[in-house]
Amino acid sequence: MVNYIWVGMMVTGFIVAIFSGNVDKVNAAVFKSAQEAVTISLGMISILVFWLGLMKIAEKGGLLEFLALLFRPLVKRLFPDVPEGHPALGYILSNMVANLFGLGNAATPMGIKAMEQLKVLNGGKNEASRSMITLLAINTSSITLIPTTIIAIRMNYGSHTPTDIVGTTLMATAVSTVFALSIDRFFYYRSVRKEKK
Amino acid sequence: MSFINSFSIWFIPFLIGFILLYGTYKKVPTYEAFVEGGKEGFSLAVSMIPYLVGMLVSISVFRASGALDLLLDFGKPLFDWLHVPGEVVPLGLMRTISGSGALGMTSDLIASHGPDSFIGRLASTIQGSTDTTFYVLTVYFGAVGIRKMGYALKVGLLADLVGFIASIVVVSLVFS
Repeated sequence: MVNYIWVGMMVTGFIVAIFSGNVDKVNAAVFKSAQEAVTISLGMISILVFWLGLMKIAEKGGLLEFLALLFRPLVKRLFPDVPEGHPALGYILSNMVANLFGLGNAATPMGIKAMEQLKVLNGGKNEASRSMITLLAINTSSITLIPTTIIAIRMNYGSHTPTDIVGTTLMATAVSTVFALSIDRFFYYRSVRKEKK
Repeated sequence: MSFINSFSIWFIPFLIGFILLYGTYKKVPTYEAFVEGGKEGFSLAVSMIPYLVGMLVSISVFRASGALDLLLDFGKPLFDWLHVPGEVVPLGLMRTISGSGALGMTSDLIASHGPDSFIGRLASTIQGSTDTTFYVLTVYFGAVGIRKMGYALKVGLLADLVGFIASIVVVSLVFS
């Protein structure tokens, strides 16, 4: 599916550009965005190095194991494929906690580390496993208690009640997370049934 | 408000300090562990480059060519019929494909309609309630070299759609 969307967006873009006379703009966009992608990736080195270094201390001190133990009932239900006491669980939980508190730049390194552990668990294959997709579903629907960026923008534009969207955001994000988890389950069971046939 | 602000400011040093002190208490060689863990950061960042280049180029071609606008014009009758406020439809679509693009649109909507207007609040809620699916997918899978995504994209896109609808419903119920 991702192959079709990827080719589709590009080819449609080129065709539309020919008819609308935006070919120059599109040419510029290709190289500008390629450069942007490299800048973003390299820019992440600092965050990754810092947080992964810090997380190593937490891991060696047993803090991640403790976190995994604390939330065992929840995590067992969300990630039934991951054996108890596996290091992936600690990273998954740190990722969720960081997301909850809106620490985006800490959540990403922890999520990536969790993915790495899940890949090891999946035999190092380049295919997404069930647990990887669940972790992704949680991250794309992003439960955040306090959306700090948005509150800051609202304050910038002189809002009288910059935080009154916290409640609506929480409700919307809860709905989308619950839905993401259910549909993730649904697709998983469907893929299992397909394999059996 | 000031409580929330100071909370997020104080939380990071508190967290860092806590991990360092806890590690010291548990007799972890903290500095050595930090260096050991941090080493991996570089290779992870480098390995996501081709994934991110591929995805961002495709998205920016789609945007810069005017194809995105065309798609929105095309769908306008449908959105009107469904009573979706036309102002936020581009934002809903952008939220899925580009985080910085969506943030720009949200700021625009808040600036032109006012932060405490219905549209301003709706845009804020849409922006805050989901994350950029394409970005999260590309970065997380790219860093560890997952090429076959399975049904991950479907889950992400459907969750975005539901989040968008939920934002409209909730904001309409609460603020009008």
